[in-house]
Amino acid sequence: MQCPKCGAPMQTFNRNGVQIEQCGGCRGIFLDYGELEALTRLESQWSQPAGPPPAAPYGQGGGPVPQSPQSYPTGPAWGAPHHGHHGHHRHGHKRGFGHMLFSS
Amino acid sequence: MAATLIDELRAFARAAVEAGNPEGMTADEADVLADRSDGTVLGYGAVVAKAHPPPRPGRGAPARRDDRAGGEHSDGDVELTVRLGIAAHPCLTGILLPPIGAARGVPQPRRLPGGRLATLWPRGTPVSPDAPDAVPWEAAGVLLARLHAVRPGDLAGDLPAPVPAMRGPAKAARAMRRLRSARGAGEGAATGTASPGSLAPELAAAADAVETAWALLPPWCRDEAPPPASRAGSLCHGDFHLGQLISHPRCGGSWLLIDVDDLGLGDPAWDLARPAAWYASGLLDPADWERFLGAYRHTAGEHCRDPWPLLDAPARTLTAQTAALGIVKAHAAGRPLDEAESACVEACVRMAHVDTTSTTRTISTGGRETNT
Repeated sequence: MQCPKCGAPMQTFNRNGVQIEQCGGCRGIFLDYGELEALTRLESQWSQPAGPPPAAPYGQGGGPVPQSPQSYPTGPAWGAPHHGHHGHHRHGHKRGFGHMLFSS
Repeated sequence: MAATLIDELRAFARAAVEAGNPEGMTADEADVLADRSDGTVLGYGAVVAKAHPPPRPGRGAPARRDDRAGGEHSDGDVELTVRLGIAAHPCLTGILLPPIGAARGVPQPRRLPGGRLATLWPRGTPVSPDAPDAVPWEAAGVLLARLHAVRPGDLAGDLPAPVPAMRGPAKAARAMRRLRSARGAGEGAATGTASPGSLAPELAAAADAVETAWALLPPWCRDEAPPPASRAGSLCHGDFHLGQLISHPRCGGSWLLIDVDDLGLGDPAWDLARPAAWYASGLLDPADWERFLGAYRHTAGEHCRDPWPLLDAPARTLTAQTAALGIVKAHAAGRPLDEAESACVEACVRMAHVDTTSTTRTISTGGRETNT
């Protein structure tokens, strides 16, 4: 996708299981719906145990956030984008359904 | 050869039906439900006869350290008998489909005239591949959680030998061997019948990506070492996918797991890792993944912990395995990768990328668990 601010192409990458688009030109960050909250949750989770805090230059300053049972990252760092406008994966899911999900 | 095996299976199933094993069932038509190198399955009326995979050639998994006494051949017999005994055990009632004859003690596999071992099962109704919305994701999660909760010690006294290891990593390694022999670069004694090095450029590039992802996996996932102790002690299915679920009227129409060929002790995360791989490859709707994982975690009483540190390595392995077999199939059919196969290859590409730019990855595992 194109950066809404400067028009340069945006690159998708994964931050702790959250898909983030970053602009190759102005380095701006685009978050899909719910991703800001997911990052905030994650930061509060990871700041509890001892060890290096997540070095997130664009992190949202995290006050304590109540932990819900679902407050874990939504996928691995190598996962495909599932959110918002990445709709073509849905088609793959329906068409690929027949054979792959039924065999070793 | 396949026709002969099917004839043998048909005779085996017919004899069982005529001996009155299943309740008053007659049938004159047999249909082949699966005919693959890892098993041939024939339906005959209310009975399913399965010819189990032939014993693996001795050169597989050379680095395994559990060198057991006895030849490969007899080991295979004993392991199948143990796995059959597990499926027949009362602890597995409502979880695994029991073989025919389970009520009369542990059934023995039958040696077919051609040498393959065969077993008999009640025939159930599988999940329909045409109805994505009817997949029982919650039932699958619950069944796997209940399977993993079975204590192997409760079975031991009723089995003729110890529970063998779950074969998930062995199957992944086998998929990679198939990929290598498809590209003609099979290590050692590749059967040189097919023209070597004949992988189309697109498939060869995909194979490279899968090899790169494979090389980044921990040795236990590649079947090159035993799993760490923390991942070795649970009763696991070993090859879970949607073809491994059936419903059977005898169990009130509820869902059961089938196929004991890869059953054994191992890492419970392996059984969740194939759906995890589909999800991570973008093939499984996040809502379906949540239904499956949520039901599993609820039944297992696991909450609040991020499941991905434990899922990551097995899910990467199964993604590589699926991609490898997709390439092999596409090569055999002389076609390009389909959309689902490409998605798995793309996931392998991302694995390599993530691992080389590993700061994100290091942070994402938070130093709590290292499985690489």
